[in-house]
Amino acid sequence: MTISPKTLFEKIWYAHHVGQTAGGAHLIAIDRVFLHERTGAAALKSLAASGRPVRDPARVFAVMDHIVDTRIGRGDGTLMQGGSAFITETRAAAHEAGITLFDVNDPDQGITHVISPELGIVLPGATLVAPDSHTCTQGALGAFAWGIGSSEAEHAMATGVLRLDRPKTMRVTFTGTLAPGVTPKDMALHLLATHGAGGGAGHVVEFAGEAVSALDIEGRMTLCNMATEFSAMTAIIAPDEQTFAYLVGRRHAPAAFNDPYWATLTTDDGATFDYEIVIDAATIAPMVSWGTSPEHSMAITATVPQGPERAHAYIGLDAGQKLAGTPIDAAFIGSCTNARLSDLRRAADLLRGRHIAPTIRKALVVPGSSAVKRAAEAEGLDKVFTDAGFEWRASGCSLCFFAGGESFTEGARTISSTNRNFEGRQGPGIRTHIASPETVAASAIAGAIADPRDFAR
Amino acid sequence: MTPFTTLHSTAVPLLRDNVDTDAIIPSREMKTTGRTGLADGLFAPWRYTDVAARVPDPAFPLNQPEAKGAQILLGGANFGCGSSREHAVWALAEYGIRCVIAESFAPIFRANCIRNDILPVTLDRAAVESLAWQSLDVDLTTQTVRCGNQTHTFTIEDEPRLMLLEGLDAIALTLKSLPEIDAWTAADRARRPWIYAGNPA
Ligand code: SF4
Repeated sequence: MTISPKTLFEKIWYAHHVGQTAGGAHLIAIDRVFLHERTGAAALKSLAASGRPVRDPARVFAVMDHIVDTRIGRGDGTLMQGGSAFITETRAAAHEAGITLFDVNDPDQGITHVISPELGIVLPGATLVAPDSHTCTQGALGAFAWGIGSSEAEHAMATGVLRLDRPKTMRVTFTGTLAPGVTPKDMALHLLATHGAGGGAGHVVEFAGEAVSALDIEGRMTLCNMATEFSAMTAIIAPDEQTFAYLVGRRHAPAAFNDPYWATLTTDDGATFDYEIVIDAATIAPMVSWGTSPEHSMAITATVPQGPERAHAYIGLDAGQKLAGTPIDAAFIGSCTNARLSDLRRAADLLRGRHIAPTIRKALVVPGSSAVKRAAEAEGLDKVFTDAGFEWRASGCSLCFFAGGESFTEGARTISSTNRNFEGRQGPGIRTHIASPETVAASAIAGAIADPRDFAR
Repeated sequence: MTPFTTLHSTAVPLLRDNVDTDAIIPSREMKTTGRTGLADGLFAPWRYTDVAARVPDPAFPLNQPEAKGAQILLGGANFGCGSSREHAVWALAEYGIRCVIAESFAPIFRANCIRNDILPVTLDRAAVESLAWQSLDVDLTTQTVRCGNQTHTFTIEDEPRLMLLEGLDAIALTLKSLPEIDAWTAADRARRPWIYAGNPA
């Protein structure tokens, strides 16, 4: 008997297949659920109101990341009016449900998709869901991890499974080697610019190829993070020795990865995908977004292309204009895309001994987790940032999105290491340009959108 | 849950691509941890010229007189992209929308629609554009959108179709499979003990 070759996703899918419904959907077992205070309280409260308990509280986790204040010395108070209710209600609901909560000042607190890998909660071959679209980040560890709505989160907690139609599969292969100064963020923006924000619609996207294997685990997370911007269901990268080495010793991870099972988590030779994209990594330049969708991204050396009128009007840039040299008012280094230790190190390398331009009115660095914050401080990175004129914050989502409290000054042009440049994403009228942490640092020094390669040491 | 079989309504066009859930319901309009009180904030930055004072923008499609009471919204490509917030769908439902017809949907938004009795219909761009401000008959039993003497058929997987047609509560339905789920979990514990290792303090 021959066994037909399978993709990594298919292997995880079949390994979690519990049964099939009358309507032909599949019951897929869910290994982990992760909640945050923005949407978690709604799901937990609604579940409790319906009299349904969480089936296995030991496999459900919650954290305060979205609304929590990121100013040093924080408590439950928030700049967002009414924001502390999200914190106190999530806390109460989490205790009631008996799930693990990483509270505001817990040493393990941080952005969901940063702490889940840090603590070994997400594992290769596992299924993990969270009511947050950037759950795709965690596919970088070889898990099938995807974002869902609150109702689906309730469903997963109450039943241990989700009812799913089988998604389509896509492989995006990055061949070759990245040029110096080009980062995983640029790979993601390049993919969006060339294949569109709807390019991955509903697919599970496996990232593969030499340029992907060459990335460290944190870089892989940055790449997978933006799969939701590609409208993909999620992204996944086959786990390798690096992945297992990263996870060993993490609190919730197995003590060793010596079971032969782990070695099976790859796409078999000859397995087919519904769609394939191949990109030569060497052709990618540092990228910056020019418009109001992540697909409105371009090489920093290029001129603004023609896009939808609305996008040009909102961002205040015309087609044919150079993007580099456009003055900026603010800079933000943070988010589940680019606020891990390696990101902060690379940005700090550019900033060491330099100062941001006097025209920058607000510049923030918000570590992705409390552990990242401590590690960065131990290396003196906080000092590098503050000496350069950045404000050093406590961990959380912060100004990756506008919660209703803190923002930049109205209409500010902001360069940001985040993942979304939607109208109003960082506050009313804020014009966001997304880029790598290096490009944010270089632009902050220049006071205008700048090529990080010009500042490399 | 309210079953969805047929719907007769005017279709209000919001024919932009990549309409994101931050635009459908901005974060600052999600003022409580519950699912209600959201309709007022629906499309706030586009619908009002002054968001704080709630001054309606007469040019915004939903504010036009023909849109009064409409239950069908038309969208472009990748409708509902961005944040997974189910609040976007709760806001649409509370406002009275029961069907969104678009060129394509972001996957989480589409799944959220189905869990909240909103029918997501995918049609090609030309068809969607031709429906603007028309009076439509949407029929999920025959999977058709009728507009005058034009009929467009659409596809939807069996499971969501059934869930919508019968107004089923997905959790209640799945809980009927609990014995099967329990048996699977018991076997899986032996296969992958590390998944169940518990929560070391
Ligand atoms: S950092 Fe930004 S994108 Fe990531 S989870 Fe928080 S709000 Fe969402």
